[in-house]
Amino acid sequence: MGATIRTAVQSVAALLATLALAAVLLAIGGHSPVEASSALWHGAFGSWNRFASFTLVQATPLLLTGLAVAMAFKAGVWNIGAEGQLYAGALAGAAVAVSFPGADGASALWLLPVALLASAAAGAMWAAVPAAMKTRLGVGEVITTLLMNFVALFLAQYLVQGPMQEARGVFNQTDEIPAAATLPALLPGSRLHAGFLLGVVLAGAVWLYLARSAGGFRLRAVGASARAAEASGRFAARPVTWLAFLVSGALAGLAGWVQVAGVTGRMYEGLSPGWGYTAIAVALLARLNPAAVVLAAVVFGALSAGGGAMQRDAGVPEAWVRGTEALLILALLAVDRGLKAARRRHG
Amino acid sequence: MADWDATATLAAFLAAAAGLAAPLALAALGETVSERAGVINIGMEGSVIWGALGGALGSLAAGPYWGLAVGAMAGCAAALVFAAFAVHLNTDQIITGTAVALGSLGFTGAVFQSRFGVTGVALELETVPAWELPFLSQIPIAGPVLFDRAVTVYFVYVLVPVLWWFLFRTRWGLALRALGEAPEAAQAAGVPVKAARTLAVLFGGLLGGLGGAHMSLVHTGTFSENMSAGTGFVAIAVVVLGRWDPRGVLAAALLFGCAEALQFALQAMDVEFPYPLLLMLPYALSLVALAGGFGRSRAPAALALPWPKRPA
Repeated sequence: MGATIRTAVQSVAALLATLALAAVLLAIGGHSPVEASSALWHGAFGSWNRFASFTLVQATPLLLTGLAVAMAFKAGVWNIGAEGQLYAGALAGAAVAVSFPGADGASALWLLPVALLASAAAGAMWAAVPAAMKTRLGVGEVITTLLMNFVALFLAQYLVQGPMQEARGVFNQTDEIPAAATLPALLPGSRLHAGFLLGVVLAGAVWLYLARSAGGFRLRAVGASARAAEASGRFAARPVTWLAFLVSGALAGLAGWVQVAGVTGRMYEGLSPGWGYTAIAVALLARLNPAAVVLAAVVFGALSAGGGAMQRDAGVPEAWVRGTEALLILALLAVDRGLKAARRRHG
Repeated sequence: MADWDATATLAAFLAAAAGLAAPLALAALGETVSERAGVINIGMEGSVIWGALGGALGSLAAGPYWGLAVGAMAGCAAALVFAAFAVHLNTDQIITGTAVALGSLGFTGAVFQSRFGVTGVALELETVPAWELPFLSQIPIAGPVLFDRAVTVYFVYVLVPVLWWFLFRTRWGLALRALGEAPEAAQAAGVPVKAARTLAVLFGGLLGGLGGAHMSLVHTGTFSENMSAGTGFVAIAVVVLGRWDPRGVLAAALLFGCAEALQFALQAMDVEFPYPLLLMLPYALSLVALAGGFGRSRAPAALALPWPKRPA
């Protein structure tokens, strides 16, 4: 437990240091840090409804993609491709949902689960390509998962302009998904949907699996050192690597469809503002602990919800928030290295 | 007449391919040097976008040639941040590089919006003029494609043989490659590992920045957010396809340039093809090429590994 508290303190310290640095940069950039942070705070936490309808809604895709990245990184799989897997999932879920227009009521209760499964399967399939290239051909997954992101993005563009475009043919988006495919609201009067709850439940499940099951132990062992795990002679590393890829892809795929089913109601080109990349920062802030990913996702959801308010109310471009996210990753890496070095010096 | 049309289309296609390949070749050659020294810099994307913005700002302040210099320096600055973490603090190269790339895309957008407003008309920049080389530019087809170009393209022509010679025919090049294969051995031989790796990364950033400046000051004459569009990421695939050899890297970059230029050729030939699928082509092509065995060529042995080795 001591170690958990220590890493939590490190994470919070890195977060505070990053926010302080971001304030300095804002001041250099000619913005008022006080005004900006006040707008950000009010945008994220101003009222109970703002918190639920904006911060938690923004946190939902980050929670699912953050879990995807944490799971992969734990297994030593550098999945930088959550963004592409998210798009694959959103496309598959939407494709299933719009195939049954007018699905409503008790007779169509099957539609939402089927769409959820389709999105998870599509995300897993998108991750299977780099998985096969890594395990069979020895091609590193960093570059292949990155390239798959671009392929997914342009595939989504093509589909929503062409085969999957809405019937009216005006905008580059799909038709509205039927009522039976939408995720129900979680809190009456707010935009918060059941996708957030799904994310929390999955976070608990992934935590249980990693921390308490034999499979989770194997996964962590392979992540610590695939060669050592193989050398132990107890199990092969390859199936573990495959599992990490597929589950990671499935979680990211769910994130895409959950956003469509819970918020937008349609699939379109720019569905994600880069959640699959922000997910890396989320997973690192949570120190790859699936339970902590929930908290980290809420922090980033607040930054994202607050960022919109900051642009509107304080005239600070939202791009600042994206830059700040990257600073946080660097701060976390530095804190981690610095403390390890200090511990070595002092025994 | 049909023959003449084909020739013109071919010339236009090749010209577009060479123009599109230039920034990619610059970034990939920079990444080659960095990876030969054992450092994979995914932050190259950051160097490219800072180079594009630095080029734009430099050009507005002092003209396009200064713009190229400022762009290269801006790319170098992004690489400095990467090196400070990944080489000196010995943080994970892949995560550090990803952070530098994402942060650069964010902060260049922030700087651009702060300077020029959120919704402005497209920025118009003075572009770097082409230098028409005497005699050479008169060669049919190849002349205008290769020898009526901006200085950045000529720089690539010079850079490839020089880099190859440096890497494979000089003692310094041998030392640099030793950093990527066996840093312990290099250190034992008296090479300061961290300092030398830092230099390699900075040189890579310089080239990436120049590639970015080429995008804003030669190719488009404007700057827009995220205009690097993954060039720095594709550069890493190009290095693998080119087998960490400047000559192969140039060939791979040209292949990508051709894939990107295909859209212009198809337009000229009145072939209907969904535009997003054309844009997808270079990325899909690199995946196929990596799967097709090119990725199996051996990477530098110490690539992306922490140095000094981290205690367990």
